[in-house]
Amino acid sequence: MSTFNPRIVGFVCRWCSSAGADLAGTSRVKYPPNITLVKVMCSGRVDAQHVMQAFRSGADGVLVSGCHPGDCHYIKGNYSMLRRYHLLKRMLKQMGIEEGRLRLEWISATEADKLKEVVEQMVETIRGLGPLKPAREKAHAKV
Amino acid sequence: MAERVGVFVCHCGSNIAGTVDIEAVVRHAKGLAGVVVAQEFKYMCSDTGQGMIKKAIKDSGLTRVVVAACSPTLHEPTFRRACGDAGMNAFLFQMANIREQCSWVTEDRGEATAKAKRIVTAAVRRVVNHEPLQIKEAPVTPAVMVVGGGITGIEAALRVADSGKKVYLVEKEPTLGGMMARFDKTFPTLDCAACILTPKMTEVKDHPNIELMTYCEVKEVSGYVGNFKVKVLEKPRYVIQGKCNNCGECAKVCPVVARDEFDCGLSTRRAIHIPFAQAVPSLYVLDPKSCLGLDPVRCTRCYDACEAKAIDYEMQPRTVELAVGAIILATGYELFDCSRVSEQYGYGRFPDVYTSLEFERLCHASGPTGGKIVRADGREPESIAILHCIGSRDEKHNDYCSRVCCMYSLKFAHLVKEKTQAKVTNFYIDMRAFGKGYEEFYRRCLHEGMDLVRGKGAEVTDVAESEGEAGKLVVRCEDTLLGGVRRIPADMVILSAGLSPRKETHELARAFGISRSRDGFFMERHPKLAPVATASDGIYVAGACQGPKDIPDCVAQGAAAAASAISLIDAGRIKLEPIAAEIDEKVCCGCRMCAALCPYNAIEFDPVKKKSRINEALCKGCGTCVAACPSGAARQKGFTDLQILSEIEGVLCVNL
Repeated sequence: MSTFNPRIVGFVCRWCSSAGADLAGTSRVKYPPNITLVKVMCSGRVDAQHVMQAFRSGADGVLVSGCHPGDCHYIKGNYSMLRRYHLLKRMLKQMGIEEGRLRLEWISATEADKLKEVVEQMVETIRGLGPLKPAREKAHAKV
Repeated sequence: MAERVGVFVCHCGSNIAGTVDIEAVVRHAKGLAGVVVAQEFKYMCSDTGQGMIKKAIKDSGLTRVVVAACSPTLHEPTFRRACGDAGMNAFLFQMANIREQCSWVTEDRGEATAKAKRIVTAAVRRVVNHEPLQIKEAPVTPAVMVVGGGITGIEAALRVADSGKKVYLVEKEPTLGGMMARFDKTFPTLDCAACILTPKMTEVKDHPNIELMTYCEVKEVSGYVGNFKVKVLEKPRYVIQGKCNNCGECAKVCPVVARDEFDCGLSTRRAIHIPFAQAVPSLYVLDPKSCLGLDPVRCTRCYDACEAKAIDYEMQPRTVELAVGAIILATGYELFDCSRVSEQYGYGRFPDVYTSLEFERLCHASGPTGGKIVRADGREPESIAILHCIGSRDEKHNDYCSRVCCMYSLKFAHLVKEKTQAKVTNFYIDMRAFGKGYEEFYRRCLHEGMDLVRGKGAEVTDVAESEGEAGKLVVRCEDTLLGGVRRIPADMVILSAGLSPRKETHELARAFGISRSRDGFFMERHPKLAPVATASDGIYVAGACQGPKDIPDCVAQGAAAAASAISLIDAGRIKLEPIAAEIDEKVCCGCRMCAALCPYNAIEFDPVKKKSRINEALCKGCGTCVAACPSGAARQKGFTDLQILSEIEGVLCVNL
């Protein structure tokens, strides 16, 4: 079994997902410590460059989590993030960063269990992928 | 000048220290760039803890503060205040959540400690890039909207109105009263519900500060704490208030017989009707669904019979706009839908299986039977079975305990004993008599000679297995005290159904921008310390819309929500988080991508300069425009790119 411990940055919105993460705490729901959360007001605030910076600084995976569609505290910020997510996926592909490393989820203030599930799945997936190696490095490795 | 950062790590008793090696975190913090002070304390939020921070700010000339403790939703305001008191700008502070998002969710001490170090590092990196911000202030509209006219909403409205503020009480039904108006007696004192409720309803109607809006629904909410704008839809009742004198001549001539919702369908009403005798406003309402035809062919019998000329078939729905400073939601509950257990308990299949609310109406002096407890065929029952926990404490339905069912079941048993000769059997899992006078009431009922079987009713069947069961319903259950399955015949079965969130709770939560808990009820800001506040400032929840509650608790919450709303309004001005976005005119290229994304139309465009500009009063600080700005001209105060990026780097610069 791989002993690789992926590092994951999780962007969470203040109203739903961060509150959901707090609920996980008050309910003592245990999840892997690989993820560290960064709070923003809305998932719509998460810029493509934030995600890219996370990968550049050594993250093996990035989670962005906001309110469910229709439940956004700012009406439609999560939809902006959804569009950005599709763009990001294409960008990451071009850079040779595997799709499973970025995930967008809707986690409400009550879904502590969903947070746990998502984090566990991500850790599992990224363990399978191994540490993040940018395309250039991979190309060199082949030669 | 390099910033001087102070890091204060809280043990939170054993909540954090039990899983996180605090000393190791402090040692780690001391090694971080810019950190000049790193201290630990058992309870950082205590007076002594706050004093430590203030002292360090003064003694060590701190310019930035990080507190690693619980969730910022709990104590961020506390520590900001402490920083402000010591003369520092309160926004040069950052909270690192190492409790809810670290110690409480991590099993292994080593892993939890490493994660806490990451969180603290991120906070230190971020706080260095903080900038002083000024709290924004806005005036408050001195009016409150209360949604829901049950006992909770009534109490809240009266308390706010008594303080001299304007109250809009919005109720979707044609009358005030809510669920309580349908009850017969109330436990444990056995007061008649109407006797204690109807005077309050009248008080609401007569109060000079309350504008009663029955048959109205909230359609849209905008604005923010202190300055909400609400669109309320007034449904047409086709009867003119002020003209109708409640004589009832219209109902006498109405040819339509419809199911009476107020009596749970146990009786009938006319298309034009008054929900119940003491309804407030005391005013008839024409139900367009059952009326023979408002248009094009009208029977007009009611119109002809009405001497006061109070009937207007042309009445149209009307939208009213309200401006309020605070909103209290008291939308109540609905009874667990017993048709979901029709297979198991025969509700809807056997005419003598009743829900608890139906039984309330059967007992009620002005109910369908005039208060006589009789079977569907009119005979008096010889035996009655009361099944507790229907839909509650049940993994298939609702996990939670509905809190009131044990007590109202005992009340039913008492009423049956009082009104009939019938034998009563209660089937219960646990008897929960938690309130003031409840245990005493339980004991009183026991002495009145009811039977109690400890075990949840498993099934209600009409298949007789012995002579004694012939022609009766049979309750099958496991008697957990005797340790065996029993079959107990009864003429009548009452399902003590639990309290469920109303169907429209989800829609309402969306409209008001608040959350719901896992059970579907509205979520309070904090289960213990802020039970009537919500995550959205200025919006309060009270009563059974937040979770199952008995009447005393509902009234207490109604008053609590009123007090919260009053203190918000009396402050006169509210403080708003200074997290609005701004656009640097020099950098803006005038592409207007931001304006298209802003949900609040807060971004204006200067056609001469060809630059976008943010109206700070309208901006709510989501930051979507900032993330979308292609030229980097937009920035969000408190969440600048630099702050977020440095936080990300902080998270990642510590090895696991």
